[in-house]
Amino acid sequence: MADDGTPAPSDGQWPLWEVFVQPPRGEPFEHAGSVHAVDAESALQNARDVYTRRGEAVNIWVVPTAAITASTPADSGPFFDPGNDKPYRHPQFYSVPRGVRV
Amino acid sequence: MPDSPDAITEFEARIAAGETIEPKDWMPDRYRKQLIRMMSQHAHSEVVGMLPEGNWITRAPTLRRKMGLLAKVQDEAGHGLYIYCGTETLGVGRAELVDQLLTGKAKYSSIFNYPTLTWADIGAIGWFVDGAAIVNQTMLAKASYGPYARAMVRICKEENFHKRQGYEIMATLAAGTPEQKRMAQDAVNRWWWPSLMMFGPSDKDSPNSAELTRWGVKRKGNDELRQRFVNLTVAQAVAIDLKLPDPELRPDPATGDWHFGPIDWDEFSRVVHGDGPLNRERLAARRQAHSDGEWVREAASAYAAKHTAAAAPAAA
Repeated sequence: MADDGTPAPSDGQWPLWEVFVQPPRGEPFEHAGSVHAVDAESALQNARDVYTRRGEAVNIWVVPTAAITASTPADSGPFFDPGNDKPYRHPQFYSVPRGVRV
Repeated sequence: MPDSPDAITEFEARIAAGETIEPKDWMPDRYRKQLIRMMSQHAHSEVVGMLPEGNWITRAPTLRRKMGLLAKVQDEAGHGLYIYCGTETLGVGRAELVDQLLTGKAKYSSIFNYPTLTWADIGAIGWFVDGAAIVNQTMLAKASYGPYARAMVRICKEENFHKRQGYEIMATLAAGTPEQKRMAQDAVNRWWWPSLMMFGPSDKDSPNSAELTRWGVKRKGNDELRQRFVNLTVAQAVAIDLKLPDPELRPDPATGDWHFGPIDWDEFSRVVHGDGPLNRERLAARRQAHSDGEWVREAASAYAAKHTAAAAPAAA
């Protein structure tokens, strides 16, 4: 796979695509797995055959695996820290008079 | 990071805390190797598992049975792909894994080296082989490696259909003519013991079990899973009046389990090491199917190249 994310066969097999499917009833897209395919159109068809044989989805996204930028597990501590030390973002941080339902 | 004692301690603490290990996380080299071996073997089993059943698609007795069997075999192909895709997250390419299968370097479940002689065998496979696989895979759905566990969740959802279609075939035959019932009983007699062997050797004789258990890939032992399968299946056999071929089978009041007789591990070992009834035929059929598909791979690559070339001037 090329650096710019363009799928290109590297080791004699077709490029890898990550598959995201959206279940019916307006739920968010969820990662399902991956497929190998020569191009985006056939990746979509392969994804449909592999991951939605029983009406599991109303939409599918396929993304070249190399186009995904991911956080690094080793740095997850400092990376997520800005959110972890702010308990005042949660409702339980605030007290209300006894007996009142808020 | 090298496999330092500190790193391993931290890794094992994560597993003990019930965290899942994800592809980019640090993991001991041995964990990665064991997973690649186990997962690819599992994927190969799904793929080779299509062969004994594919044998009967054209001869299914009714259209309903044929549709069910086609859908099941298609699922097995999908299950192979789910697990190959999970294995690729460990840094090994699918082409390499498929090559290991086709050259005979990698193993697959020995159960698929037994022949499907009659239509009743299709019922027995769904009932026993998929039934045993569900027991095993339900445990693996809690495996410590995230991509493997998630593939198992997906597979377990689909395999209940496989088991029920198999059991329905057996129940129908068992309630049919005396000849049909004999056919069903004969299939039970041939598939029961190899199905019990699917769980692998007793834990004390299983070279990989201890390590896989310590790292949370396996959450239960082979013997425990095998016992669970026996306990589940006895009542199902009684309900359709088929006899499991084990004179020692009896309830054990002390444990609440069904006691079963000794398993012929020599037979298991012979089949694992290549001397089962159909080892050579199965591999030959896989190689043939792979080379028969060559023109499809070539055509798709040519199509993609043509479209890339056509799009290039516009992009420049």
